[in-house]
Amino acid sequence: MTLSSITEPTDALADLLAGRLPDARGRFGPFGGRYVPETLIPALERLEEGVREHLRSPSFQQELAAQLTSWVGRPTALTFAGRLSERWGARVWLKREDLAHTGAHKINNAIGQALLARRLGAQRIVAETGAGQHGVASAAACARLGLPCTVYMGSIDMRRQAPNVDRMRLLGATVVAVSAGDATLRAAIDEALRDWVSDPFGTYYLLGSAVGPHPYPYLVRELQAVIGREARAQFLEQTGALPEAVIACVGGGSNSIGMFHAFLPEREVEIIGVEAGGRGEALGDNAATVSYGRPGVLHGTYSLLLQDADGQVQETHSVSAGLDYSGVGPEHAFLAHVGRVRYESAGDAQALEAVRALCEAEGILPALESAHAIAGAKRWAASHPGGSVIVCLSGRGDKDMPTLQQTLLKDEK
Amino acid sequence: MSAHEHISAAIRAANTRGEPALVAYLTAGFPRREHFREHLRRVASSADVVEIGVPFSDPMADGVTIQRSSREALAQGVSLGWILSELEMLAPRPEAPLLLMSYLNPLLAFGAERLADSAERAGVAGFIVPDLPFDEGEALQPALSSRGLALVQMVTPVTQPQRLEQICAASQGFVYAVTMTGTTGKNVAVPREVTGYLDSVRALSPVPICAGFGIRSREQLVRLRGHVDGVVVGSALVEVLERGEDPAKWLQALREG
Repeated sequence: MTLSSITEPTDALADLLAGRLPDARGRFGPFGGRYVPETLIPALERLEEGVREHLRSPSFQQELAAQLTSWVGRPTALTFAGRLSERWGARVWLKREDLAHTGAHKINNAIGQALLARRLGAQRIVAETGAGQHGVASAAACARLGLPCTVYMGSIDMRRQAPNVDRMRLLGATVVAVSAGDATLRAAIDEALRDWVSDPFGTYYLLGSAVGPHPYPYLVRELQAVIGREARAQFLEQTGALPEAVIACVGGGSNSIGMFHAFLPEREVEIIGVEAGGRGEALGDNAATVSYGRPGVLHGTYSLLLQDADGQVQETHSVSAGLDYSGVGPEHAFLAHVGRVRYESAGDAQALEAVRALCEAEGILPALESAHAIAGAKRWAASHPGGSVIVCLSGRGDKDMPTLQQTLLKDEK
Repeated sequence: MSAHEHISAAIRAANTRGEPALVAYLTAGFPRREHFREHLRRVASSADVVEIGVPFSDPMADGVTIQRSSREALAQGVSLGWILSELEMLAPRPEAPLLLMSYLNPLLAFGAERLADSAERAGVAGFIVPDLPFDEGEALQPALSSRGLALVQMVTPVTQPQRLEQICAASQGFVYAVTMTGTTGKNVAVPREVTGYLDSVRALSPVPICAGFGIRSREQLVRLRGHVDGVVVGSALVEVLERGEDPAKWLQALREG
């Protein structure tokens, strides 16, 4: 299990493009796998069988497509950002996941997995949430399908994201505060896993990002890949060509993996993931896992990880709660390793500046997570005058008003 | 006798007295790091096998007690390297074989080969890694096997028959039979389904089997007699140490009623 077990990056990428990854053991090259307590193995095997049986079946796809169209509001728009383009000197398009139901891309995955859970006969759903977006999406999807839903959320996050806690409760979910561990997303995932371990068959764990043990990274990617498929077709229709670059933010990495997938085979398209640079490069000051992490195992998967020399997982910092995670999906670790995607970071200040820029130029308030991708696009535009770029606007920023009041708006009062 | 055979032998020896062997767990460095060797010696004096918990930031298979003890041990600077050096200084070495129980990531960060070397030097007989299912074992197994160190495998009431057979065949030292689905530390009754499951694991396993997760009373021990070769006592013993009581006395009472 070392990085050298990939002999030739180009061959490995060819395997991915041919649909051979994850392999039978749930791996993307050396990354991925299934590092969980034995109690969860039967549940993961059953989920894997369920994914194989249902995910690509016409009846499931039909059911999913109907929900995506009539309830989620897909396809979401691809908006040409005219005034922003003028300011930055490159042509910028926005893939508008902020317009999806509940305000972010999270709903694509939540409704898909909830449909799968129903087919697998689950009696109840558990989910974790950090910023609350996946929790809200899960609560909404469960309400839509009539499934009881319990959401685990760190007690610190519950204070930071109080409006989302109320939204989940209004949508019928039980929200459980997690004060163990770091009392944020990592602890919430630990606790959701503990719940699932207690009842691996009756309970379905609706994981919100492209992380965790196999088959989650694959399942979440497949359910989010609709973002890139739509964007690619819309861009071709609007311009008759492909974009020169595609950019998305990366925390666990679900909106980005969904955005990137349709563009991976197009070698001429540059693909860039933007991580949270927080307030600096030191361990604990950022959540830029690909940039600063080392290989390790967290939450059931072998991937890159922000950890100390003893292998203890480190707490992270980002102004954006949704990017504030010490790990990253194994497929991102793989894409970085084979060099198909370039990962860089944008700091808190750059993200906040991007929020203001998008508000002023386009009348769109982006989520702080998505603002990192906007900041990355600004940097790209500066070095590619006249170039064309699609940015995944993964969510809307209403939820971030308390943070914005304490940062951007503070000086104006 | 290799290290892993030493573990099996210690459990079988206890069985000849007609009682299940006691496998006792303590989180290294909890409640106080400077008392680690003394606590270990007390525990080892009354137990047949000792499991030393390596604290980890994300102990997902553990209940509240071991989450708390792990966090406090980490806050005192306890690390795998520190534990191994403490064990190396232990003189005389306890008779009871010592196992390290650790999540995978601290072991990977230490490096498999270096780990196996240091463990051998420190007198560690084997490892229990709750987030390393046997089919992912390649991360550690080769390094441990080459030095005769055990990698103890776990089975659960929901493990499918074919897999159960494979795990029992792969496990060294003993098979750790989780008595319930869920995390460590909850008190559980021992219903008939559980003894039936334990009987079937025992029939399959070439090495002794020890039941764990939620064992804290003499009554449970009596109920398990004849169905297992040993029992693992974890959270309950950590709580004894937390209260400042003598772990040896408590284990003695558990054994003798």
